[in-house]
Amino acid sequence: MSTRNVIIIGSGPAGLTAALYSARANLKPLLIEGLEAGGQLMLTTLVENWPGFRDGIMGPELMGDMRAQAERFGAEIVRGNVTSVDLLSYPYLVKTADGVHRCRALIIATGATARLLGLPSERALLGHGVSTCATCDGYFFRGKPIAVVGGGDSAMEEAIFLTKFASHVTVVHRRATLRASKIMQDKAFANPKIAFEWNTEIEAIEDTGKGEVTAMVLRNSLTGARKAIVVDGVFVAIGHTPNTELFLGQVETDPNGYIITHSGSRTTVPGVFACGDVQDHHYRQAITAAGSGCMAAIDAEKYLEGLPQHLGEAQATA
Amino acid sequence: MASDKVQTITDGNFEDLIGGGTPVLVDFWAEWCGPCRRLAPTVEELAGDYDGKVVVGKMNVDENPNTTFKFSIRGIPTLLLFKGGQVVEQVVGLADKDALKKVIDKHVA
Repeated sequence: MSTRNVIIIGSGPAGLTAALYSARANLKPLLIEGLEAGGQLMLTTLVENWPGFRDGIMGPELMGDMRAQAERFGAEIVRGNVTSVDLLSYPYLVKTADGVHRCRALIIATGATARLLGLPSERALLGHGVSTCATCDGYFFRGKPIAVVGGGDSAMEEAIFLTKFASHVTVVHRRATLRASKIMQDKAFANPKIAFEWNTEIEAIEDTGKGEVTAMVLRNSLTGARKAIVVDGVFVAIGHTPNTELFLGQVETDPNGYIITHSGSRTTVPGVFACGDVQDHHYRQAITAAGSGCMAAIDAEKYLEGLPQHLGEAQATA
Repeated sequence: MASDKVQTITDGNFEDLIGGGTPVLVDFWAEWCGPCRRLAPTVEELAGDYDGKVVVGKMNVDENPNTTFKFSIRGIPTLLLFKGGQVVEQVVGLADKDALKKVIDKHVA
């Protein structure tokens, strides 16, 4: 087993940018894609805020190009899911179902995954009307009434996208105002197919007996009033959870599980860097993820340069 | 090529296929579904690994609305495993190969 200079875990904008920069620095990085290869942009349609594309670019196309660009400079990108990492041994140990890898520097770019509400009925009906991916599943609701849960940018994007298929979209939001950006709010408010249920939470999704979504039971948190609304689908867009299970107890995380970085992309373990949504619950943009991926690659290069000779010299075999 | 082992399942041949003696794994997918494209190589590998033991096939939901509707498929990718003509397992969304093998092995000697 040869020791790599750099292993990058994750293949969203952060991971692929880290791969591009470390490949161009001649570090011959290995990138392990993970289950959700390409990251969250693979689930979007038109990305209108990626600088340089004045008419926008499709999310999956952007990720395909980023991947090809990293490969052009010698990044090795493999399919597979990391099953465990050991940051106590050095070089660091990274295991996948297919094998074991060692590396002198590790870049964590595992991102975040869509969160569910946590209702039993929601899990039972996943794939049968409950969805976290509008671009995947909107097609099944042509001419049907549906609901979107959430008040952020992704909830508004999903609601607007789903009006192409659905007869009517009800946005269920637990607060009185949206968290979404002004431009997304304006678009949603202007859309005649979108209605809002404010200060409202979903109590249950019907009908688990039938095995498909027929309605949702809503509860207004101010008045306590309940009502049922007939819908064929419920799209959940209430935020994300960082994918940090592999690293818990090994690098410092905040109470919500996000990796804490300092002085750029450094984690609490020397030679272990983090970038993208796994360490950012505030900006969460493709461009900030890519920017932090670049930082991680530069920080990793600097770290490798400073390694004692006996640890650094195997570079030629990597 | 592993992909040669993945059958194309349609509304037309579905009943005949699942009625046979061999378990059938059906991958419901569509061109426009990003996660389905990610799952495709895993499904191809499974077809190779279970060659002769499980029939592995893909059903395009755009072209085959009847079967898709019959099983209330409202989200893709969805994998259904049929044994003796009945659904015995269902996996919604992405899953890695090891997890899928565990699910299939419960029903394949």
